[in-house]
Amino acid sequence: MKQQLENIKAQAIEMVANAQDRAELDAARVKFLGKKGELTAILKQMGKLTPEERPVMGQLANEVRSYIENLITEATEKVKKIEMEKALEKETLDVTIPGKPNTIGHKHPLSIVLDEVKDIFFGMGFNIATGPEVEWDYYNFEALNIPKDHPARDTQDTFYITENMLLRTQTSPMQIRVMEKEQPPIRIIAPGRVFRSDAVDATHSPLFHQIEGLVVDKGITMGDLKGCLETFAKQLYGENTKIRLRPHHFPFTEPSCEIDVSCFRCGGKGCPMCKGEGWIEILGGGMVHPKVLKTGGIDPEVYSGFAFGMGLERLVMFRFNIDDMRLLYENDVRFLSQF
Amino acid sequence: MILSKKWVKDYVDFNATDKEFADEMTLSGSKVEAFEVEGAELKNIVVGHIEAIEHHPDADTLWVCQLDVGKDENVQIVTSAQNLKVGDYVPAALHKSVVAGGHKIEKGKLRGVASYGMMCSVAELGLTVHDFPYAIEDGIFVLGDDCQKVVGMDIREAIGLTDTVTEFEITSNRPDCLSVIGLAREAAATFKTELKVNEPVVKPGHGDVNDMLKVQIDEPSKCYRYVGAVVENVRVKPSPLWMRERLRASGVRAINNIVDITNYVMLEYGQPMHAFDLRYLEGNQVIVRNAKNGETITTLDGEERALSEDMLVIADAKKPVAVAGVMGGEYSGIMDDTTTIVFESACFNGPSVRRTAKALGMRTEASSRYEKELNPYSCLTCLNRALELIQLLDAGDVVNGVVDCNKVTKEQTVLDFEPEWVNSFIGINVSAEDQIKMLEAIDFEVKDGKIYVPYFRNDIEHKADVAEEIARFYGYANIPNSPLRGEAKAKLTPAQVLTKLVDSTLLSCGLTEICTYSFVSPKTLDKIRVPEDSELRKLVVISNPLGEETSVMRTTSIPSMLEVLARNYNNRNLEAALYEISTEYISRGTEELPYEKQSAVIGMYGKNADFYTLKGTVEELLSKVGLTDYDVVPVNDNPTFHPGRCAKLIAGDKELAVLGEIHPIVNENYGFNTRVYVASVSLEVIAEFRNATKTYTPLPKFPASTRDLAFVCEKSLTVLTLEKAITKAVGAILEDITLFDIYEGSQIPEGMKSVAFNLKLRSKDHTLNDEEADSAVKRAIKALEELGITLRS
Repeated sequence: MKQQLENIKAQAIEMVANAQDRAELDAARVKFLGKKGELTAILKQMGKLTPEERPVMGQLANEVRSYIENLITEATEKVKKIEMEKALEKETLDVTIPGKPNTIGHKHPLSIVLDEVKDIFFGMGFNIATGPEVEWDYYNFEALNIPKDHPARDTQDTFYITENMLLRTQTSPMQIRVMEKEQPPIRIIAPGRVFRSDAVDATHSPLFHQIEGLVVDKGITMGDLKGCLETFAKQLYGENTKIRLRPHHFPFTEPSCEIDVSCFRCGGKGCPMCKGEGWIEILGGGMVHPKVLKTGGIDPEVYSGFAFGMGLERLVMFRFNIDDMRLLYENDVRFLSQF
Repeated sequence: MILSKKWVKDYVDFNATDKEFADEMTLSGSKVEAFEVEGAELKNIVVGHIEAIEHHPDADTLWVCQLDVGKDENVQIVTSAQNLKVGDYVPAALHKSVVAGGHKIEKGKLRGVASYGMMCSVAELGLTVHDFPYAIEDGIFVLGDDCQKVVGMDIREAIGLTDTVTEFEITSNRPDCLSVIGLAREAAATFKTELKVNEPVVKPGHGDVNDMLKVQIDEPSKCYRYVGAVVENVRVKPSPLWMRERLRASGVRAINNIVDITNYVMLEYGQPMHAFDLRYLEGNQVIVRNAKNGETITTLDGEERALSEDMLVIADAKKPVAVAGVMGGEYSGIMDDTTTIVFESACFNGPSVRRTAKALGMRTEASSRYEKELNPYSCLTCLNRALELIQLLDAGDVVNGVVDCNKVTKEQTVLDFEPEWVNSFIGINVSAEDQIKMLEAIDFEVKDGKIYVPYFRNDIEHKADVAEEIARFYGYANIPNSPLRGEAKAKLTPAQVLTKLVDSTLLSCGLTEICTYSFVSPKTLDKIRVPEDSELRKLVVISNPLGEETSVMRTTSIPSMLEVLARNYNNRNLEAALYEISTEYISRGTEELPYEKQSAVIGMYGKNADFYTLKGTVEELLSKVGLTDYDVVPVNDNPTFHPGRCAKLIAGDKELAVLGEIHPIVNENYGFNTRVYVASVSLEVIAEFRNATKTYTPLPKFPASTRDLAFVCEKSLTVLTLEKAITKAVGAILEDITLFDIYEGSQIPEGMKSVAFNLKLRSKDHTLNDEEADSAVKRAIKALEELGITLRS
């Protein structure tokens, strides 16, 4: 009997070793361990053994049984693994084939940069103000210290609706509108469309966008203007960005300045983008003229403020290296889908 | 303003390279656009002396010249010029030289004879015959006695082409800087050095001007001052080289000594001058008056111009001889036979000059200066300077005295000196002493706590203006930066929140944002077939448009969208799905600003575009912004749209949106050969009816039952009719109803359609049993039967 058990064990080892797939292993399981299997058949003969032999043979039979069980289980695991690997190999994809395109649209480049600018100022506590694009002469000029016949009107060729109604040439009228409505502290930006009668070419458009800024509070200084715009420039163009203020003239700010940022391409060394200057002009600004504060209903002896303005198109063209402003208004999808 | 370095150096001595000068001046407030060294591109051109000239052996029109150019051997140059003779001094461009325009000159052969360079005309040196009146245009520039005839000398040095020209952008508040002296003053303050300007000195002449000229100002509010002087025995001839050089460097053409003197004084002091020929001043009289109705004048440029009563003129006893501050009349100029002239140095009211120049359509050098308001107190000095130059140039005999008609009422501006306020306004700490020094450097006077502003600084009228003067000479760069302090309360408005949501939703729906002009052609309304009596015809019209194409403000953005779609279509882009959040402008007459409203306009064409894609996008948008309660109404009478494929959405009593396929005629108007779909959604109506606060609905606890139902109805009946009837009949347990099929065809009677819905039924508090579900279905069937709609068997 011991010999029979040894034979069965040897047979099982051989059969499992030769098994090619799970079906053959299952067959082996049935053959050796099944209810009608060989091991069962031998165990049925146990009755014929002596009481002394019985526990010895029983133990041996159990050992053989668990040995074969382990053998088949291990082999099955191995085969399963091989089969899965084969299956996975079959399912292999060419991952270099382009993915299926999504159908998410593209934001207009003007909006992309405007949103960025808005976010920066929003983070600095600026509210966003909006106002009419068809505006009174009063708000666009008179209240901003630009009376009729002022030479500064020449530099802003104006579209008129009537003698007193016009398309705003700047977002600066928002300074007055905000001051009329709100009491200091005021901290706003006012982005929007402005209109000037310039014929269309690569750098001119009769319609473009400006972003106005206004801060009014007690004790606001020109140092605050510098600090605020330096923070803005660093956030827009990076920590190493510097700003440079040059004296200038705007009728509604005093002192006035134009503000350059260090060239974001060459870092100030001079390159074709900054025309070798190292600086790029992006802003105009200054301390709000006391006359303008007064017109806006704010006492210039108590409060002071600064204001600034920038052209959005200019920012966008520099940002994306766009050399022709017309592209922004032609709206060709081949252009827009690049953003 | 173009500034000659040589000239400004007469008045201020500074030590700086051209670049440093440009940078420092820019940072102190006089912005330099560019600077250029005269003749910078000329290379290897020297003074040559013609030693010998011979005919070219093979060409009658060519000459072979031998030139002494200061080297060991003479240089042979072949020329076709016919104006040379032995002994002439000429500009000789040697082998490997560069002449004006960047043209390189090298040795070569002309008809077989070697030529080692080229002799130059004035043009080849970048000059004109105005710079050297004795030179000829189509020949070699033979140097005159005003040049240094030194053989081998660099030609630039020899002819005085050695200036640096700096171009300034002067802002409109600083007409005083439109002058050499004005910029010299700024330079002196910038480089902390002295300004040296002498008062002109006129030597005694003859006679008495009062016997020869009478001046009268009728309009003292428009002409503050008129100073006149007379010069007899005028000797009209070219100006000397130094004056021509400075005029050239300033961008002004030299004409003759008299005209040049008027221009010279204007450039030097910023004061326009005029010279009249006394012969043509009838009655020897100058009257500054308003033009009379119907009066005309032929100006120096030969144009006859009609004058109106609000225009100021300079007249003699009978007629206008000049438009004051703008341009002289045709007989007012200097002619070859002029013997006696009147110099005018006057000051006119800025806005008056500006209006006149604008009305006559001629902005001149003089008018652009006068319109910025000049200093009436300097008229006499400028006139004296002109007379001083007449004597210096021996251009005529000055008659003693001037006629000074002075109506100036303007008083000197006096401000309080408040150094502490300046410091706190700018954010600096500059001592009162230093502030005084800065102000004195630009000719302000500070004494007894007051600032006396010089007359040429009209722009200074407030302490903030003084602060700017301090700030710019202190240096904007030196002002310490400080961060914003105080409370910040940034918050988006509900409208801004909505706009952001609309943007992100439409982008997620696959639409690309566009940006179009607010003004359009009025014809666009015809193009989209807007009826004559429509609200959309209440246009805001631009009175001075660039052209008809951009002459009215849009009342609807649909044409802008169609135009962009058409442009893309014509550019052979196979598909496009676009949107714009655009402002539309409805006129409310001339006493009120237009109503500006915002719409989200959506447009699409191409293989993925159809009516239901468009509608799905609009529905998605409305769902995202929290607007679910609206009606969909078929529209068959909107001429812009296909009569069978257009709907409007109504929220409350307001039109929320219109959407549909574009009418074939409109389609053709824009040149499409494909179907185009457009929607316009009013953001204001969304804002009014949206529910911006979302609340959560608990997830269902009990399972749903579903039932599919198909009905047969007339083809023209809308799905919404069926949906509404079913919804009403089923009641609260209807969780969702979804259309899943519409069928027309052989198995359905002609003119009918089958509409199939999936109903999802659910109760909040228990699991629905079959009877409940079946009973709900029966209610739906019954309700539809009442409308004559039958269950499809």
